[in-house]
Amino acid sequence: MARIDVRKTYKLYIGGQFPRSESGRSYVVNDAKGKLLANAALASRKDARDAVVAARKAFGGWSGRTAYNRAQVVYRIAEVLEGRREQFEAELRAAEGISPAKARTYVDAAIDRLVWYAGWADKLTQVVGNANPVAGPYFNLSTPEPSGVIAVVAPNGPLLGLVSVVAPLIVTGNTVVVIASEAHPLTAITLGEVMATSDLPGGVVNVLTGHQAEIAPWLASHMDVNGIDLTGVTDVELATELEAAAAENLKRVRRPSPDEDWLAEPGLERMTAFQETKTVWHPIGV
Amino acid sequence: MRRFLHGLPGVEQVGEEARAAGLGTRSIKTTAKAQALDLAIRMVDLTTLEGSDTPGKVRALSSKAMRPDPADPTCPATAAVCVYPDMVAIAKETLGDSGVNVAAVATAFPSGRAALDIKLADTRDAVEAGADEIDMVIDRGAFLSGRYKAVFDEIVAVREACARPDGDSAHLKVIFETGELQTYDNVRRASWLAMMAGAHFIKTSTGKVQPAATLPVTLVMLEAVRDFRDSTGHMVGVKPAGGIRTAKDAIKYLVMVNEVVGGDWLDPDWFRFGASTLLNDLLMQRTKMTTGRYSGPDYFTLD
Repeated sequence: MARIDVRKTYKLYIGGQFPRSESGRSYVVNDAKGKLLANAALASRKDARDAVVAARKAFGGWSGRTAYNRAQVVYRIAEVLEGRREQFEAELRAAEGISPAKARTYVDAAIDRLVWYAGWADKLTQVVGNANPVAGPYFNLSTPEPSGVIAVVAPNGPLLGLVSVVAPLIVTGNTVVVIASEAHPLTAITLGEVMATSDLPGGVVNVLTGHQAEIAPWLASHMDVNGIDLTGVTDVELATELEAAAAENLKRVRRPSPDEDWLAEPGLERMTAFQETKTVWHPIGV
Repeated sequence: MRRFLHGLPGVEQVGEEARAAGLGTRSIKTTAKAQALDLAIRMVDLTTLEGSDTPGKVRALSSKAMRPDPADPTCPATAAVCVYPDMVAIAKETLGDSGVNVAAVATAFPSGRAALDIKLADTRDAVEAGADEIDMVIDRGAFLSGRYKAVFDEIVAVREACARPDGDSAHLKVIFETGELQTYDNVRRASWLAMMAGAHFIKTSTGKVQPAATLPVTLVMLEAVRDFRDSTGHMVGVKPAGGIRTAKDAIKYLVMVNEVVGGDWLDPDWFRFGASTLLNDLLMQRTKMTTGRYSGPDYFTLD
C-alpha cells in the first residue's frame, strides 16, 4: 500500500507558538519553476498586533538576561541549525532553484553569521560604550541599551537574509516582529522551529508571513513598537510611507539598503542601529 | 423561603454555557464598537482593593476615574471608584461633585467572616464617610449550609445600615462570590434571595477568588433580574467583577445584556464592570479607533 504523504502546514510563529493566521487566510507559495510548493499563512494586521503583544511581553525578561546568556542562546540557534542543515539546503534549493553548492554556501553563511553575532553579545558594550571625560569629580559612563520591540521587514534571501536581520537585534536584547520574505516565507517558518527548540524564550522572535504592504503599515504606525527596519522594502513609495507613519512615536527607522551583499561580513551597524545610549553620572568619591 | 428557592427551575449547565459562548461570538465593529467602548468605560467601577493601598494611590485612581484619557476630553468618566471603607473619605475628597460615585466594600470583605454588628459598623462607617454605594459580601458559609434566612436577614440589616440621616440611602450591591457557590442553581437562588432582600445590584465576585466573573454566571444572574422584574416590577442591576481584562470581553458582556435583558440595562445605573486593568484596554481600543493606529500601554497610567 502506498504511503500517504505527510505534508507540513506552514503557520506563523508568534509568542513561541505556531498559530494559524487569525484571519484564516493562506496564500500559494511556488517553487523556482512556478510549481506549488506549499500554502503559507497570510497574516493580517491582527496577527501583527498579537505578535507585538508577545514581543513586548518577552522584552523584559530577554533584555534583562546577561549578555553572556544571550550569546549562549544565539549560539544554540546556530548549533540546532547546523543539525538540520540538510533540511534547510533542500528547502533553499526548492524555493530558489539554486545549485546544491550554492545552497550549502548560504546555510554555512547563515550558521556562521549566528555564531559571529553571538560572539558580539557581550562585547558590544565595550566597543560602543564609553567612559566619557568630564570636568568634575564624576565618572560619566555611556552604555548601549536595547530599544525595545523592533519590527523588521526581512529581505528576500530566505535564510541568510532573515538571519542577518534578526540575529543582530536579538543579541543586543531587543525583541523582534519580522515580516518574512513574501516570495520565500517557508524557510522563515522552519527557522522559527529551530528558534523554538533552542532556548530562545517565546516572543523574542515572532515571524509573520504575508504581504508586506498589508502588514508593515500597521507595524510602522504601532505606538508600542520602538523601531522598524525596512531592509526588505523594495517599493520606494511604501518605504517613504512607512517612514512617515513611524514618525508618530519617533521610532528608530533603518532605511532600506537595496544592494547589500549578504555574504560579506556585516559590521556593527545592524546592532547599533537599534540601541539607546544610557549615560550615568557617578560620583568618584575620595 | 427554602421552599421558594429550591422551587426555582434548575439551570441547565450545558445549555447555559453554550448560550453564553454563542453570544460571545457576535462581531461588534466600527461605530457600534465605538459606542460600546464608551458605554463600557462609563460602566467601569475602577477598583483598587489591595492591602497595600495608600491615600496617594486612591487619589491617583480617582483622578483617572474622572478623566480616564487626559489626552482626549471626549472620553467619558467611569461610573465609580471602588475602595476599602477607610479610603472612602480620600476618594470622595478628590472626586468632589464630578458625578463619579464612591463605592466601598464593606461587611468584612472579602471573606465576610465577622460578627453581624462588626459588619454593620463597617457599613455605617463607609456610609458616614460619604460612600454612595456599598458592596457587601454574603455569608457563603451560611448560604451553602442552607441557612438562607440568616443570609436574607443580614442583607436586610446591611441595607438598613446604608441609610443616611437625610432619609436617602447608599446603593447596596450584594456580592455572591460565585466562585465559591459551586453550581449555577446556587447562583440563581442567591440572586433571588438578594433581590428579595432588597439589593439594588447583584455582583458576581470579590475578585479575590478564582474563577471570578464568567459569562455563564453573569447570564444566570441576568436571567434572574429579568424574571424578577417580570414578576415584581422592580429593576435590579448586575455587576460582573474580576477577571474581565480586555475590551473584547467587556463587549461580550454588553452583547449579552442587550440580548438577555434588553436595552434597559445598558446603562451605568443598571450594569457595571468591577475592574481595574480593563479600563486601560478600553482606552487603548478607543485610541486605536480615533487615531487609526495601534496604541501601547506606555501611553496610559499603570495602576
